[in-house]
Amino acid sequence: MYEHNGEKYFVVDGHLHFWDASPENWVKGQEQFAEGWINCFHAYMGLAPEETHWPIEKFQKYTEEDFVKDVFEDGYVDVGIFQSTYLKQWYTDGFNTAERNSRMAEKYPDRLIVNGRWDPRDGDAGLKELEEDAKRYGLKGVKLYTAEWRNGSRGYSLKDPESQRYLDKCKELGITNIHVHKGPTIWPLDKDAFDVSDVDYVATNNPELNFIVEHVGLPRIEDFCFMATQEPNVYAGLAVAIGGLMHARPRFFAKVMGELLFWVGEDKMLWASDYAIWEPKWQVEGFVDWNYPADEAYSDYPALETTGKKKIMGLNAAKLYGIEVPRELQLPDEAGTPAARDDAQLVEDRA
Amino acid sequence: MTSRSRVLEALGTVYDPELDEPITSLRFVTSCEVSADGDVDVRLRLPTPQCAPNFAYLMAADARSAVLRLPEVRGVTVLLEDHYTGEEINTAVGRGEAFSEAFPGETEGQLDALRELFRRKALVARESRVCEELLARGATPEEVTGRRVADLPDDPEARRCIELRRQLGIPAGENAPAFVRPDGEPIAAADLRHWLRRARLMRTSLEVNGGICRSLLRIRYDLPDAKEVAA
Repeated sequence: MYEHNGEKYFVVDGHLHFWDASPENWVKGQEQFAEGWINCFHAYMGLAPEETHWPIEKFQKYTEEDFVKDVFEDGYVDVGIFQSTYLKQWYTDGFNTAERNSRMAEKYPDRLIVNGRWDPRDGDAGLKELEEDAKRYGLKGVKLYTAEWRNGSRGYSLKDPESQRYLDKCKELGITNIHVHKGPTIWPLDKDAFDVSDVDYVATNNPELNFIVEHVGLPRIEDFCFMATQEPNVYAGLAVAIGGLMHARPRFFAKVMGELLFWVGEDKMLWASDYAIWEPKWQVEGFVDWNYPADEAYSDYPALETTGKKKIMGLNAAKLYGIEVPRELQLPDEAGTPAARDDAQLVEDRA
Repeated sequence: MTSRSRVLEALGTVYDPELDEPITSLRFVTSCEVSADGDVDVRLRLPTPQCAPNFAYLMAADARSAVLRLPEVRGVTVLLEDHYTGEEINTAVGRGEAFSEAFPGETEGQLDALRELFRRKALVARESRVCEELLARGATPEEVTGRRVADLPDDPEARRCIELRRQLGIPAGENAPAFVRPDGEPIAAADLRHWLRRARLMRTSLEVNGGICRSLLRIRYDLPDAKEVAA
């Protein structure tokens, strides 16, 4: 919970990790990719305030104590959602699998949610594994990384028929939140690597599911916005948009916020830190304190008031994940308001 | 002008297709050496080791072509360094091979469609800035959409718009409409405000991507800090 200027904010970190990218975990023969990957993330950390930078050794593998301190003690986070990312082609035990994340989550059952994942290229075996994961971890969401490498394939599209089998399985298992992350490579290589049109396609065809596009579809924020404005079930995950821009490029960040508020709206934006790329503390404080620069260039964008910030910082995610929000941290007119039709089955009784 | 200057000038005509900026001002050219006999060696770098192979290939291939167009150049080697598909790209580019030959079995075609897509985005983004400046100075939508190419300001932004139109095969003669959609259709006054809303978003996307790439490159190679580009 974060308190500032007499206002209290319920904080849901919609995207964090407990990864192990240490050299001991690099697959033999794939070291250049494993190392390149984590070094690239470490470079992103360079966009944060200097006092929050970590040395590469800590960044490769941090401890549970680090996590608890950075996320819960200093970071104001009430509930965190692990977006499990496997990458087993490069990391022997995975980058951060649901299993690894769940070992942490088990110690903080009311404060950490584990998301699973699937890969349509895993076929029937993958569907079975998803069923088992759903039972074991109580899955309400999955993170999909369409650019993940697998046996010579550099990526897949959500438009592939195999993906629909998995989406149907998700509906069956009560996994309603589909977080999609676009990465740098996607098959075939002559196409735009970051194309989000496959998300558009599946969001239209699966209105009962929620699609959270991580890091607002950057670098295709325009395509993401054009899509999200038309699809009621497409959401903007702000991880990386905040961490990568709010401190390093504040004027660009203001433009990104303005566009998101205009096209997507404050009800469909979800705050997240992407820890441990960046620590939550400065991102919580900075976001609550944020406003547009006092400049004619920003006068055309929608305002973001306290109510909107409370929604983005935690209330929107709480709705998607059925997280109970203490009464004093809810919005004044929400207690007693019927839940939105598409997540009525998730919301706890708040009366 | 020395040979090296002319080579750098040629490299300045090579644009990052995604960011629509010269690879020289993006600081992607690590080094450029010209021998007395006219042999050129160019090293390129990118913000991350995993930048998309298609864009990386385009820049390396375009760099080679641009330098080869100089009459005094005997031969050129372009090498992309610190990139996870650098070997494939460098081999193919060095042999003058197509993208599909750099990654056999991993492509469905060549990169023409990709290039065109991003040229269209860049055209919209740049036109929007010229438009907004005119409106800010008091022009009405009718005045703006009624302009011809000949009425465009003589500045880098407008010149780049003309160049992109030519590359896209959109007529850009003096009497052609100043502002067109990426398919070449002129913009009606009544549609201007709505078109600008969308165009501004595309411009923001391009600028933000450029900003992130610049920041990551600076961090990766420990370059002196460049001033934040005013949004």
